[in-house]
This record gives sequence, structure tokens and C-alpha cells, in this order.
Amino acid sequence: MSAAVAAHSEAGLEMPVYNEAVVRKFVIAAMFWAIVAFLVGVTIAAELCWPNISMGLPFLNFGRLRPVHTSAAIFAFGGNALFATSLYVVQRTCRTRLFGGDALADFIFWGYNFFIVMAALSYVMGYSRSQEYAEPEWHIIAFLVIVWVAYAVVFIGTLLLRQEPHIYVANWFYLAYIITIAILVLGNNAELPVSFYQAKSYSLYTGVQGAMIQWWYGHNAVGFFLTAAFLGMMYYFVPKQANRPVYSYRLSVVHFWSLIFLYMWAGPHHLHWTSLPDWTQTLGMAFSIMLWMPSWGGMINGLMTLSGAWDKLRTDPALRFSVTAVGFYGMSTFEGPVMSIRDVNALSHYTDWTIGHVHSGALGWVAFISFGAMYYLVPVLWKRSGLYSTRLVSWHYWIATLGIVLYITTMWVAGIMQGLMWRAYDQFGFLQYSFVESVVAVHPYYVIRLLGGVLFLIGGLIMAYNLIMTVRSSRTEPVAAELPAGIAVAGA
Amino acid sequence: MLIRHEWIERNAILLLVLVLITVAIGGIVEVIPLFTIETTVEHVKGVRPYSPLELAGRDIYVREGCYLCHSQQIRALKDEVERYGHYSLAAESMYDHPFQWGSKRIGPDLARVGGKYSSEWHYAHLTDPEAVVPESLMPRYAFLAETPLRQDRIAAKMRTLRELGTPYTDDQIAHARDDLVAQATVDTDLDTFRKRWPKAVVVPGNANGPTEMDALVAYLQVLGTMVDFADVSTEQEKQ
Repeated sequence: MSAAVAAHSEAGLEMPVYNEAVVRKFVIAAMFWAIVAFLVGVTIAAELCWPNISMGLPFLNFGRLRPVHTSAAIFAFGGNALFATSLYVVQRTCRTRLFGGDALADFIFWGYNFFIVMAALSYVMGYSRSQEYAEPEWHIIAFLVIVWVAYAVVFIGTLLLRQEPHIYVANWFYLAYIITIAILVLGNNAELPVSFYQAKSYSLYTGVQGAMIQWWYGHNAVGFFLTAAFLGMMYYFVPKQANRPVYSYRLSVVHFWSLIFLYMWAGPHHLHWTSLPDWTQTLGMAFSIMLWMPSWGGMINGLMTLSGAWDKLRTDPALRFSVTAVGFYGMSTFEGPVMSIRDVNALSHYTDWTIGHVHSGALGWVAFISFGAMYYLVPVLWKRSGLYSTRLVSWHYWIATLGIVLYITTMWVAGIMQGLMWRAYDQFGFLQYSFVESVVAVHPYYVIRLLGGVLFLIGGLIMAYNLIMTVRSSRTEPVAAELPAGIAVAGA
Repeated sequence: MLIRHEWIERNAILLLVLVLITVAIGGIVEVIPLFTIETTVEHVKGVRPYSPLELAGRDIYVREGCYLCHSQQIRALKDEVERYGHYSLAAESMYDHPFQWGSKRIGPDLARVGGKYSSEWHYAHLTDPEAVVPESLMPRYAFLAETPLRQDRIAAKMRTLRELGTPYTDDQIAHARDDLVAQATVDTDLDTFRKRWPKAVVVPGNANGPTEMDALVAYLQVLGTMVDFADVSTEQEKQ
């Protein structure tokens, strides 16, 4: 390969050598954490069916394991997938090697995954701030901030060194996500440790202001970590897999700026009918409904990129993952604004409908778009002639899709049923059901939800097997470095 | 407009700055007024900082992630008010670092659970929820009754909270450890304790000193009981 590159530079062309080693590490970590996240998810879903399987052991209790599940899914699986793809995409689209050297890139990898392990261990050992998706205590967050600054330096530095005049649209989204997550984490983690030598700290904020800041953070962890960044993934991998240009440049400009502007206002829809002042609730609702438009702008841009290449869905099951992901994105970004309407929220809030909504986004959008990207990336990164088995990708696709359908439909039914039971009155004007009756009523749905989760986990295991075999099997011969044919020949 | 956008996408620093401005606006408009508008938190009597044992119990509540299944926020909806009691006021969580309103009810809301059941019920329920509520999905927290409560950090915790604005008095902090034990001891002299911590519920405890469960029950028993709604006018509740 180096001979090829040498020959190439002699020909007077600049041929950048990308840092793909760190991308490979992130892909492996993403696959590993995906399985962990699904496994813990299945465990806590089972605990909600049969609570005594935790055997009263503190570290197996739902309250401690649930943050392990959410952190593993969002920050470990999602995060590593985002690191892998953003660092891959920024190099390719800027035609330059990562800024800051390989050691800094490796520090980001090991540092971030150390953060994940520390956070997960701290939850099961009984350290939590009990703020949703922001559970790690101050010392773990302090470490994360260092890693994140390194990430921002590498990403922005690479943008500045780019050999292309334009910054590609995927990088706008990745950049917005890196900056905004930094602001959100710093804003929501303002806290005072009891002592420098103790993990325990108290948030600077109380009650109503604390709630607003938490959901300003929480909703934009969704908006920027789970949406903007994964849109960046979509903007690179869908056109690549479909071998078509992005449908509309104008749409990508309009929906990028409106999406990042509007998302930041949507937090109060998590606090409808609470002690948060009405004006804030109304603002949050109005902006949440407006958010529907830029969300669908992204969906349309992703789906229409397939124009003229829809037949590829039949032959390329990895592309099927990416496209289905965009479909789920469209569905859950329609459902979200509906649920943000105060009167709908009166019914849906506190119920399993919210859980179903989150999972149509997390499984359908985030996980599927990541699966699509990873199926594309592994043969490229390990220089294989193709995936070990496209049949297995198909199996993964259908099993996982069935899992999602079981999950979200049962949570719709369970959630709406809970909401209706809690507000039902009998003929004498008394509340018709005690709370515990609603707990009993959802049991069958919880069991079906568990089954949906198990299917999703099985799909993940099939994927892990397929990717491992892609790297190790002789069926997928290593190919020469990704160089135009003429150059490879010249090098040989 | 689109021609000028070309400018932005050719300049990484310009893109970065514009993104920063765009994402900052929403948060600034929604968060800052909550600190400045006088009526955001109602002026009602009765809400006091947590007693040492309640605070220790709250820390256990936070540590165990109870908020994942139990909300502490009764919404201003008819059925919720009938099921759980008066809707939650902002003032009732003004000393909560952090708030524990929650977002999911796998179990019922706890904003006004204080005084709803006896302390003995809570001990039995936490030890084995199914013994009391056969259909319950709650895990067993029997280990809390076997874990002695750490007493040495309570004053430091109260001092930290005072730095953050909780109005603990010197007297309250000086007696933090005594009061921590007193609230889990039925037959001590409680006059000075009661003066420092009105409406605090003394839990049965045991001879070997307070356990984590004693603390948690003390916390649960004060939830939602501080405000006497007979004294609160609708004017005060308006936001």
C-alpha cells in the first residue's frame, strides 16, 4: 500500500492517508455496547414483568439498572457509533487526516469508553444524580468534559485543515451536535460536591428551575445527540449506499438551521400541567409543533435521495436498515409533536406511551441508521470484499423490525390504557380504578414488550456474528487499499 | 440567501459561531426568566428545608433512582387532584437539589405520600412490597433496613446546601447529628427537635441507631405535608 501511495504522490496527486484505526476501534466498541444495552434492556423489561428476579439485590434493582440501560444505549452504543462515523466522515469529506495526531484520537477512544465504564459501575454501586440521562456524578462528568474538549479540537481542527472548499452537510450536523452537547452538559451539571473527596454533589438548581434546565438538557440530548448527529450519519451513508447525491441542497440548508434553532425550545413539553409556569409550557408546546417541519425536511431529504435507486432496497439489506431508519425517524418526529400538545400530553405523560415513543426513535431511527452505517463501514475499514453474509443481514433486519413493532404497538396500547384508567370515573363520580389495577392491566403488554426486546437482542447478536465473520472469514478476501484501479496497479 | 450560505460552509469558524448563537437563544428565553420573574415560585408558608434524617433519606431516594418509577409532581388535572391530593406547587420543591418530579409512573405519584400510610406500613412495604401490595412491581429494599446510616457526613451536606441557598441555620447545622439520631428514636426529648423541624415525623427506629430505611421513611413521611392548604389563597397559587 505504501508503494502505491508513493507512486501516487510521484504522479503529483495528494493522496491523504486517513486514520482508520481509531474508527475501527469505535466500531468494535459500538457493537459491543449495543449488545450490552439490549441485554440490560431485556433484563429490566423482565424485572417489570416479574420483579422478584432481582432477588432484592441492590445492584440488580430496576432503579439502578435502568440508567445502565439508557446510558449504554444512548451514550455507549450511540456515542461510539457517532464517534466512529463522525471521525470517518470528517476525514473523507475534508480529504485530510484527523487533526491532532493518532495519540489524541486514541485518547478520545479510551477516554470516552472509560467514562462509560465508570458511569455504569457508579450506577450499580449506588451513585446517581437521579436526573434522567444525566445520572453520572460530578467527577465522572468532569472527566467527560476533558474527553469532549479533545473531541471538539480534533473535529474542528480537521475541518480547518480540509482540502475541500466546502464543509459537507454531514459535518454541519456533527459540528452542531458536538458544540451543543458541550453546552448542555455544562449547563445541566452545574453542581457543588459535598467535598472534593466525595462523589456526592448537589445540583445548583432546585425545583421548577431545575426541572426546566433538566428538560432543556434532556430534550436536546434527544435533539442533538440522537437526532442532529444521526442526521449527519444519514447525510453521508445514505447517499453512499444508494450511490446517489443528496436530494436537495436547499432543503438541507433550511432544515439544518431551523432544526437546531427550534429544538432548543422544546424542553417544556416534558413538564405540561406541572408547577412550571404556563407561559413556558405554551412556548415549549408551540415550538415542539413547529419542530415537525424541519424534522420532516430531514426525512424527505433522506428518502428522496433514493429517487432512481429504490431497486437497491431489494438487493442491499444494509441500505434497507438506513432507509427504514429514516422512515421511523419520520414517524417518531410526527408522534413527538402530537404528544407535546398539552391535552394529548395530559393523557400520555407518565405512561408507557412515552416509553414506546422513545423506543420507536431509539430502536427504529438511532439503532437502524447505525446498523446501516456499520454494515457499510466494516468491509471498508477492514478492506474486505464484502459482508460475510447478506442473508444474515436480511435475517437481522426482519427479526429486529418485528421486535420494534411488538415493542411500540404494545407500549401504545399499554400507555393509552394507563392514561384512560387513571382518569376514568364511575357512574357515581368516583375514580373508577385504583392505581394498582392499572399495574395489573399492563402485565400482558409488558411480557410482549419483553419479547420484542429479545427479538431486537437476537438481531444484534446475528449482526455481531456477521461482522466478526466478515473480518475473520476467508470468504471475504482482503482487498487492496481503496485506491482507484489504475493507481493500485501502478503501485504493484 | 443561499449564495451567502456558501460563505458559511466555506468558513468553519463562522459556521461554529452561528451554530452557537442559534442554539443559545431558546434556552436563554426559557430559562433566565424563571429566575427573575417573581411569581414563578409561590410565596406560601410552611415549606422548610429537610431535617437531617429527611435529607439523608432523600439522598437514598436519589441514589436508588426511585424517580424512575415514581413521580413527585401532581399535575393540575381533576383526576390527579382526586387521586393524589392538591396539585403540586413550585414552592414545594424549592429546596430540592435536584428536583425529583420524575417522568414515569410505574408506581403511583409520591408528591403527597407523607402521612398517607403509617411508618410501620412503609417499613413492611419497603422490606417486601408484595407482602403489602400483592400486585406490586416494586423490588425489595430489605437491605436498607440492614444498612446503618452514615452519620458523619450530614453536617457537611447541610453546609453544602447552605452554600447553594438553602436557609439552614447555624443551630440546625450544629445539632445535625443529634437530630439525625433523635428523629429515629421514639422516646427522646423532642421539644427542641420539634422547634427546629416542625412537622417532621419521628420514625420508630431501633436501639442500634438509625438505618438507611429509617431515613428513607422519614423522607417519605414529610413529602407533601409541609404546606397547609387551608392557609393558601388562590391568589397565592396563581402564577
